[in-house]
Amino acid sequence: MSRIILINLIRFVVLVSLQVFLLKNITLYDLATPYTYIMFILLLPFEIPNFLLFALAFILGLTIDAFYDTPGLHAAACVLLAFVRVLFINITVQKDGFDNEPEPTLSVMGFRWFFAYVLILTLIHHFFLFNLEVFRLSEIQYTLSRFVLSSVFTVFLIVISGLLFFRKKER
Amino acid sequence: MRNLLIFISKYNAFFLFVIFEIASLILLLNYNSFQKATYITSSNNVTGAVNTKVSEVSAYMSLGRVNDSLAKENAMLRNELKSSFYIDTLAKRTVKDTVYNQQYQYIPAKVISNSTNRHNNYITINRGSKDGIAKDMGVITSSGVVGLVVKTTEHFANIQSALNGNTRISAMIADNKEIGIFTWVASLNPHQGLLMDVSNNVKPKLGERVVTSGQSLYPAGIPIGKISDLHAKEGGLFLNMYLDLAVDYSKLEYVYVVINKLANEQAEVEALPKKDKDE
Repeated sequence: MSRIILINLIRFVVLVSLQVFLLKNITLYDLATPYTYIMFILLLPFEIPNFLLFALAFILGLTIDAFYDTPGLHAAACVLLAFVRVLFINITVQKDGFDNEPEPTLSVMGFRWFFAYVLILTLIHHFFLFNLEVFRLSEIQYTLSRFVLSSVFTVFLIVISGLLFFRKKER
Repeated sequence: MRNLLIFISKYNAFFLFVIFEIASLILLLNYNSFQKATYITSSNNVTGAVNTKVSEVSAYMSLGRVNDSLAKENAMLRNELKSSFYIDTLAKRTVKDTVYNQQYQYIPAKVISNSTNRHNNYITINRGSKDGIAKDMGVITSSGVVGLVVKTTEHFANIQSALNGNTRISAMIADNKEIGIFTWVASLNPHQGLLMDVSNNVKPKLGERVVTSGQSLYPAGIPIGKISDLHAKEGGLFLNMYLDLAVDYSKLEYVYVVINKLANEQAEVEALPKKDKDE
């Protein structure tokens, strides 16, 4: 139990500092900006109580907001992400029959499930985030292209890191 | 009661979602005036029709009071008419406005945080209210316009960079003094801006300089950029043109905050005709 808390704490710090110190400065072709910090919410254990999940999502969002000067923007998107995560897991995973509190990682759940999970949640998070940030319909074309390309970038990074860090346990 | 509790605990995810989402949206709306403005207008569209009907009825109840206050307002405005002053006041004004009266004061500051790759970019500098910086002051650098102070703390100030979707600066073409509005096209290109609403009879040329006009927060003649493309989107009745920005925002280091000593006076003067219209 304490091991899980420690791992998630480290993951939080690493992902947030990666986001605000490195990825914040990266923009491909003025369009694609990755937000890989959402991996923290994606990888929380299945058995986490809902309240804790939402509170953590909110805190994570606020932490990112503090560095991006946008109080509430990322927090709102992260809370939505947490809600979609609950729905997605309720639909696709059978809750009982888990031993030793697994996490929704690539090695536990297999590539196909993990990819669908990351793709759908990232798309919803990014769509909400970009539209809330711009908050007008007149630039919808540009916002949508930013949303699609950024999502591809984020999913790519998350899947790559999934393959890097969670593949080993399988062997 | 028990059923209600069971219902809430069964769908706790949804209720938690609603609570946290509202909390974050409140934060967002309180901080960002742009979202606030749009949100309030759209909510007015929904409730506007009802409110108009209600106010039409309630207006009759307060007619007497409104008449009294209008009469008072009239008297006050009459007192402020130029014709009710002795000519001496005018003479004093001209003395006050000589070239020797310093209007702009500059405070140097160092940029400590900056971004150029987002839809709304902000800059933080190491001077704050302690050094006399306040909201709505302009910020420039040696090569051109930088932005607008939006928030200050004791030692720091947050600047809305010119590379911000909400930027609107009154600008003019340097040679023929034609006025337009400078905005940043939201193409995330930190080197390109847009000059909008220039009147149609002007024939601008490529490479002409665009500077701030005297109507902006900034001193007149601060460079903004050079015209790079005459055929920007959606011309309509006015000319729109793309600019190459004069400042390289990614390399900002030192900036000057412009303190307009006459800003309060100007705001006072401009508030009067507005009041007139409201009544």
